[in-house]
Amino acid sequence: MQAGKPILYSYFRSSCSWRVRIALALKSIDYETIPINLIKDGGQQFSEEFQALNPMKQVPALKIDGITIAQSLAIIEYLEETRPTPRLLPQDLKKRAQVRMISDVITSGIQPLQNLSVLKQVGQENQLTWAQKAIRSGFNALEQVLWSTAGKYCVGDEVSMADLCLVPQVANAERFKVDLTPYPTISRINKTLMALEAFQVSHPCRQPDTPPELRA
Amino acid sequence: MKQVPALKIDGITIAQSLAIIEYLEETRPTPRLLPQDLKKRAQVRMISDVITSGIQPLQNLSVLKQVGQENQLTWAQKAIRSGFNALEQVLWSTAGKYCVGDEVSMADLCLVPQVANAERFKVDLTPYPTISRINKTLMALEAFQVSHPCRQPDTPPELRA
Repeated sequence: MQAGKPILYSYFRSSCSWRVRIALALKSIDYETIPINLIKDGGQQFSEEFQALNPMKQVPALKIDGITIAQSLAIIEYLEETRPTPRLLPQDLKKRAQVRMISDVITSGIQPLQNLSVLKQVGQENQLTWAQKAIRSGFNALEQVLWSTAGKYCVGDEVSMADLCLVPQVANAERFKVDLTPYPTISRINKTLMALEAFQVSHPCRQPDTPPELRA
Repeated sequence: MKQVPALKIDGITIAQSLAIIEYLEETRPTPRLLPQDLKKRAQVRMISDVITSGIQPLQNLSVLKQVGQENQLTWAQKAIRSGFNALEQVLWSTAGKYCVGDEVSMADLCLVPQVANAERFKVDLTPYPTISRINKTLMALEAFQVSHPCRQPDTPPELRA
């Protein structure tokens, strides 16, 4: 392990981890991945070792500059403040607010309601319906918000933190078989983003811990 | 999103509480709600997100409607306890007088309302002494009092302070 290289605790399929992976790729930050399998061994995030590192027992967590940060948006904002190029937040303060608002719609309004631990609680027979409801509800609102903010990307014509949140959430939607036809703006932006290198190298199918059968 | 809060300010409308607060911080920077030190800023945002992504969405009105009335209390308590277990530990390394060091920050703005939710859902706060201490210190401040649910224009008469 190279001294000083940031370490990302990540699960290949975790949409929250993917957001951070995109940020690291866009900012060309070289890092090491320590995979945390959320399912194996009862969930490696519950190990004492990982819990000491991140009491939330969740991925992602980034060890960088002598500290460990959890929560994907807190990590991304730290990267933005310490490695500001290329920018992930617009300079215009009103657009910044829109970027954060869209990011929060996804990271507070949708993803937590369909993450692994909540789905465990609702029971296997209810999981698909529950997840679909959370995603549809959130995407209904998000599609409308994007009508007023989107250009090429979620906010105007520059890739922002909002786009980093969108793509992994669309992947979740696809995994839960949510029909994306009602969300043409979300679909268009997702397609445009997936053509970018940073969104590809960070994809779940191209991670160190991607299972062989899912590997790109 | 069909949710509150939403703030109409400077010709725009912003939803999502942290997006609103960060906009206020960037346009009206005094007094500050985010520390100058970048690592402390990350801690403030992390703690805020633990609450706003990790706890509150799991016990908000629309989710509770979905789990059904007989399950609501247990569900909400579980979400809060799980989040507070983690938060209490995080605070051991970040807290001073407040959530991060000795200055009120965005994290504190998230903590107090979540503690009030915990009390409403009858979550025993004994296992969370740091959370309790910080909450008590914050509740002594004017801003946390004037903004309290019991002192709002729409507070029902029977709950009014």
